[in-house]
Amino acid sequence: MNQILPPTSDELLAILPELILAGGILVAMVLGVFLRRPIALVNGLSWLLLTAAAVAVLTIPLSGPVFHGALVLDPFARFMKVAVLIGSAVALAMAWSHGRQQRTQQFEFPVLILTATLGMMVMISAHDLIALYIGLELQSLSLYVLAAFNRDSVKSTEAGIKYFILGALSSGMLLYGISMVYGFTGQTSFPAVAEAVAGDASIGLIFGLVFLLIGLAFKIAAVPFHMWTPDVYQGAPTPVTAFFAAAPKLAAMALFVRVVTEPFGSVTADWQQIVTFIAIGSMVLGAFAAIGQTNIKRLMAYSSIGHVGFALVGLAAGTEEGVQGVLVYLVIYLAMTLGVFACILAMRKPDGMVEDIGSLAGISRTNPVMAFILAMLLFSLAGIPPLAGFFAKFYVFRAAIEADLFVLAVIGVLASVVGAFYYLRIIKLMYFDEPAGGFEPMPGTLRLVLGASGAFTIAFILFAGPVGELASTAAGGFF
Amino acid sequence: MTLTGLFFYLFSAVLVASGLMVIAARQPVHSVLFLILGFVNAAGLFMLLGAEFLALILVVVYVGAVAVLFLFVVMMLDIDFAELRQGFLNYLPVGALVGVVILVELLVVVGGRAIAPEVVESVPVPIPDHDDVSNTEAIGQLLYTRYLFYFQAAGLILLVAMVGAIVLTLRHKEGVKRQSAAVQIARNPATAIEVRKVEPGKGLS
Repeated sequence: MNQILPPTSDELLAILPELILAGGILVAMVLGVFLRRPIALVNGLSWLLLTAAAVAVLTIPLSGPVFHGALVLDPFARFMKVAVLIGSAVALAMAWSHGRQQRTQQFEFPVLILTATLGMMVMISAHDLIALYIGLELQSLSLYVLAAFNRDSVKSTEAGIKYFILGALSSGMLLYGISMVYGFTGQTSFPAVAEAVAGDASIGLIFGLVFLLIGLAFKIAAVPFHMWTPDVYQGAPTPVTAFFAAAPKLAAMALFVRVVTEPFGSVTADWQQIVTFIAIGSMVLGAFAAIGQTNIKRLMAYSSIGHVGFALVGLAAGTEEGVQGVLVYLVIYLAMTLGVFACILAMRKPDGMVEDIGSLAGISRTNPVMAFILAMLLFSLAGIPPLAGFFAKFYVFRAAIEADLFVLAVIGVLASVVGAFYYLRIIKLMYFDEPAGGFEPMPGTLRLVLGASGAFTIAFILFAGPVGELASTAAGGFF
Repeated sequence: MTLTGLFFYLFSAVLVASGLMVIAARQPVHSVLFLILGFVNAAGLFMLLGAEFLALILVVVYVGAVAVLFLFVVMMLDIDFAELRQGFLNYLPVGALVGVVILVELLVVVGGRAIAPEVVESVPVPIPDHDDVSNTEAIGQLLYTRYLFYFQAAGLILLVAMVGAIVLTLRHKEGVKRQSAAVQIARNPATAIEVRKVEPGKGLS
């Protein structure tokens, strides 16, 4: 046995963003317990920590595997970490401005957002099956609690329980897959698994891959493992739903991309058919099931299922362009979904929050600016040029066609036409129906988020080039 | 060697017998006590294998914490165990089947070395030689060097579990008397004692 080696300073530097968050979580909890009215301070501190972590991610040098192959900071990890941190920070700011009287104004709320974000950072950087699982579990456990945060509401409790049980089931599947991969290779680190897979991918190893993908498909809510999404989105407090739709989805997709391309990069044909299948299922179900929805949060849940399907189209291509498409898609989806949730959080009548789509009727006359930006965001979600959503779909479909996946691309385009129906229905409601009474004025933060999101969506054509470049660099490491 | 064998059979026999008694005892409290006996004997078996860390952890965690918790639960909950046990034997065939399956699987796992000897070679971290380093030291060296990151991250997960349990269940009730050490220490005779003059035969009202 060698003597005990402390981690080197290079290793510690490579996980500096994680250390900032972890340390900050402990400080925030101590402040929360000992101060009389800690919420404003803890919120501000959490926000600062997320920003500091994002700055740290951008400034520290890239590094290879650290901590004996547990984590890696490659261009892909840097890209996704920044996106996730932005998503978390914006969701936290929106939750804070949402209402001073809500239960989300307890100091544990920002702390749990921070722990979830820390779990996501570990997921994105994971370079080993154990790190993958630990990151995923840290994130999921925080999310279960957040879903049930409004414990006096039956719906919120139901959302938490459902999410917890199905999440635990999916974790079990994932662990089963991991144990099979470990059993057939004797290794947990990604490069070692990749080596074993490249040498001789036995049927047991492919079984492990299938279970691994099932577990991950649960986390990104892809069909046929999407059942929890509508109930959880609807039941969870709205600021929590906004958070769910943004950051965790990105992190789980990043993990999905990394798992199929890094350890299983040499058996592309095996996972390609699985990804193609769940992509088609998600796109079609997302498009058709959303049509009958009357609750805007449920509608966004189905919309998110559909968008995960579109993003997976890029992954199904199994090429560098495909992964680049996935990354561009995720960033654009993040911007759009945060904007839409800023609107949902602003759906406040004098007697409380409303979630019914009908209450959006005629807001073009009562809240014209909000109506305009929301309409642009919905056009963009539907994929209408020249808005951002069009480019997102363009990238993934182009990658699919270049990889000769014509059927997948055609089904995707058809699903996006069907999906356009329910987005356009909301726009019709807002512009052509009789007003059902306007909403109260938006808080400043929500205005800022909505404005930024709208500007990003409308003006994306101007910086499509640089974003594509960044995504291309990030995707380049895998191929 | 004979002595080791003797102890092995002693521990195993008591372990199997107490395992049987856990499900056969009429009193649930007796069941838990037999469970404790079983844990201690399993710890003895680990000790014979040279896994002294596991043995002591078994005693400390399972006997010291888990079994005592079971005892509390059994004593505090008013459950009619006799009623629960009705129809117990109906499950015997299924139970026996599951038992046989587990037995076969265990044999496959244990026999894995014989089926595929190369698996033993391919583990990422081989088990060190017994004579060089003790069991506890070997675990500690791995846990705090190679797996340091996982160890810390797992700690964070437990922290989240604790925070989550508190957030979801703790309610601050109004009007509950709480202990306040500062107030208690700050008491002095002037604030704590009241001297009243009691007239003979009257008493205090």
